[in-house]
Amino acid sequence: MRSAHLRAATVLGPLVVTALLAAGCSSSAATAPAGDGSIAVDAGDSTCGVAQTVIAAGRHTFTITNTASQVTEVYVYAAGDRVVGEVENVGPSTTRTLIVDLPAGDYQVACKPGMIGNGNRTALTVTGTPAPTGTADQNLQAAVDSYRAYVETEAQALLDTTTTLATTITSGDLAAARQAYPTARLHYERIEPIAESFGDLDPLIDMRIDDAGPGTPFVGFHAVEQILFQKNTLDGAAPLADALVANVGKLDALVKTVQLTPLVMGNGAKSLLDEVAKSKVTGEEERYSRIDLVDFAGNVDGAKHVFTALRPALQANNSQLPTTLDQRFTALVELLGTHQAKPGAPGFVPGSPYVSYDALTPADVKALAVEVDALSEPLGQISGAVTGR
Amino acid sequence: MTDTSSTDRAPVVPPTSEPPPALPETPRATRVSRRRMIGLIGGAAAVGGAAGAGITYAATPGASAGAASAGQAVAFFGDHQAGIATPAQDRLHFAAFDIGPTATRADLVALLTAWTNAAARMTAGLDVGTGAVAGNPAVPPDDTGEAFGLAPSRLTLTVGFGPGLFTDADGRDRFGLAGARPPQLAELPAFRGDALDPARSGGDLCVQACADDPQVAVHAIRNLARIARGTASVRYSQLGFGRTSSTSTTQATSRNLMGFKDGTANLKAEDTVGLDAHVWVGAGEGPAWMTGGSYLVTRRIRMVIEPWDSTSLTEQERVIGRSKGSGAPLGAANEFDPLDLQAQDASGRPVIDAKAHVRLAHPSTNRGATLLRRGYSFVDGTDELGRLDAGLFFMAYQRDPRTQFVTIQTTLAGKFNDALNEYIQHVGSGVFACPPGVAPGGHWGQALFG
Repeated sequence: MRSAHLRAATVLGPLVVTALLAAGCSSSAATAPAGDGSIAVDAGDSTCGVAQTVIAAGRHTFTITNTASQVTEVYVYAAGDRVVGEVENVGPSTTRTLIVDLPAGDYQVACKPGMIGNGNRTALTVTGTPAPTGTADQNLQAAVDSYRAYVETEAQALLDTTTTLATTITSGDLAAARQAYPTARLHYERIEPIAESFGDLDPLIDMRIDDAGPGTPFVGFHAVEQILFQKNTLDGAAPLADALVANVGKLDALVKTVQLTPLVMGNGAKSLLDEVAKSKVTGEEERYSRIDLVDFAGNVDGAKHVFTALRPALQANNSQLPTTLDQRFTALVELLGTHQAKPGAPGFVPGSPYVSYDALTPADVKALAVEVDALSEPLGQISGAVTGR
Repeated sequence: MTDTSSTDRAPVVPPTSEPPPALPETPRATRVSRRRMIGLIGGAAAVGGAAGAGITYAATPGASAGAASAGQAVAFFGDHQAGIATPAQDRLHFAAFDIGPTATRADLVALLTAWTNAAARMTAGLDVGTGAVAGNPAVPPDDTGEAFGLAPSRLTLTVGFGPGLFTDADGRDRFGLAGARPPQLAELPAFRGDALDPARSGGDLCVQACADDPQVAVHAIRNLARIARGTASVRYSQLGFGRTSSTSTTQATSRNLMGFKDGTANLKAEDTVGLDAHVWVGAGEGPAWMTGGSYLVTRRIRMVIEPWDSTSLTEQERVIGRSKGSGAPLGAANEFDPLDLQAQDASGRPVIDAKAHVRLAHPSTNRGATLLRRGYSFVDGTDELGRLDAGLFFMAYQRDPRTQFVTIQTTLAGKFNDALNEYIQHVGSGVFACPPGVAPGGHWGQALFG
């Protein structure tokens, strides 16, 4: 029944982002939508207006208009920030549609201008039939389905934003290209462990100059980054950007074939935090653009999505772990939030919601590292908890 | 160096009639020999003494290179330098030196002579020159004193010559040695993923001090560095502990800071055929002055400890390719079982991962390249992020780095290759030509300088 829902939802078209209910085999989705009209969401710079905040259980369509000054994304969260629906990469003044099956319960609609942080949130109450409590297997399957939807959504957003980057380069607009770079990076970093599961594709997209060598030319995001930010030119960037789009396109196709399991997810979340610890908090990754905090946020987003998708399964197996992870994710996300920068502020990098890595003091970096390491320990427990070992 | 006979320690010198200096009594017999030697040799081994004035030691008759147990002396003189095939001691102090801008060839010869004299004494458990307390009290003591009364502790001192001794950074032949530079002593290529700190890399000279007592090793480097003042200065040095390789069949395999047994498949001192095949430079292999020597590659390998610690055991074992508990290859039962790199599990996947460290480091993956590894763990406190500045100070001896270390590291390096690279980073590097052993009366590198 669940897979039937997924197929039904998927065929609705490319603008439809569907997230499956994580709470087992819901029967509510079979009921008719609450109304014939969709629910308008006004995603502003500091607001997240939802036209109806009390609705009946069933399938709902949200029509999202980005009235903010920057690219946004909108999530529908169940309790514990479990994502039940999301739409990515909504440009200013554009409208997108989100279809979600909602059993009764308390939800939040989150609008995230700049695609970072906790976002602006509006409570949403769904009345009627609650979702039945899932069995352990149903919980895990729901988590896998949710994560698959996330990965596919992010891969598509990565392709879209990388294409934008390439287009700005081709059109000869250096400032626009530099501004397009951080957004594409965010989407890549959210699904980095999945990309890394494709052998040699990941290095072609994400290698550093030190990884290049005889027979291995320097290509990918960071080769483009070096030209745009260090050489401060567009010369030579177009072929690299075109090849990057081609490789990201391959990745987008391959993620649909990837075999996802709770174990893969748990290890992936850990791997994301390892990436933060090794490459982001040290400022190693984005050495020309200094947008390491964007990558940092992307890795944390990806890890948090794994956790929230697996939450029902984790709660059934280990009651303390979700509590600890909630606390530590919150601490890290809030700390990261203190480093946001608006245009004109010190350390602002156009296109990045966060300050340049160079604007961080040693004490700032140390504090971030401490929180990353604190989160990494319980995050490493997820795989064992979900596999019952 | 091949004398592996084990004997009880014999007195280093005959007792003298001189009353022993006032020292606290200690049961350590070696203390006696150390202080008695002060009186016997006196100022004869004055630091930086006349070049070439080698002092003949009748000492260390009980010293042996092989099975010397903790506290004993390892023979300094021999065909090969000690500290290579010598069973690995517990502690390391390694130092790389820069030769000063005004030093001459004669200064170098004098330095190597003085170093040799001091090293012969210190490895025998004696102090440098006139010692720590027996000299003229109006001048600084020849020996810094902190090893006074300590056992020889199997101290070995092994010297190497970096590329800069032959041709400096500007391509100049400062000491008339460029023509004697062995082709094997090529600068290492840049490997993928390297993050080398120049301040922790290179060096014109190096000294590897290994001992079972860290204070003995530190004492040795400290005194050699002191002797070198005016001619050479320490570029960087590295303390190490917990030998990460067993280099004798009598030694249990120890664990590195990742918690895994390290060096299971290492060359062993007893394997003289293997040493000749992979470690000792043979006649005709490059300049004659290196015959009987060996090439040393050092790599300071930082471990990304905190993420590793929060990684599941399954993943850790996949990355390494061995069981963490027993050290056995995955799919095998015992530590010394051979690797089965072809084995597959029920679903057709390799039992030892395609990117597992043991697979990619294995000789069969590297055209037979084999190293004598002699590395040590290090923990240099914590870094600015509060993380352990820790890892492996990798040291490996070989006949030709170009076909041995370089071949293996090319296979391992980069994010395309060894899965372990997710958790380690190479941050320092050095390559050195370690000349053959010293005969009594000679000095390190004598054949090089003619």
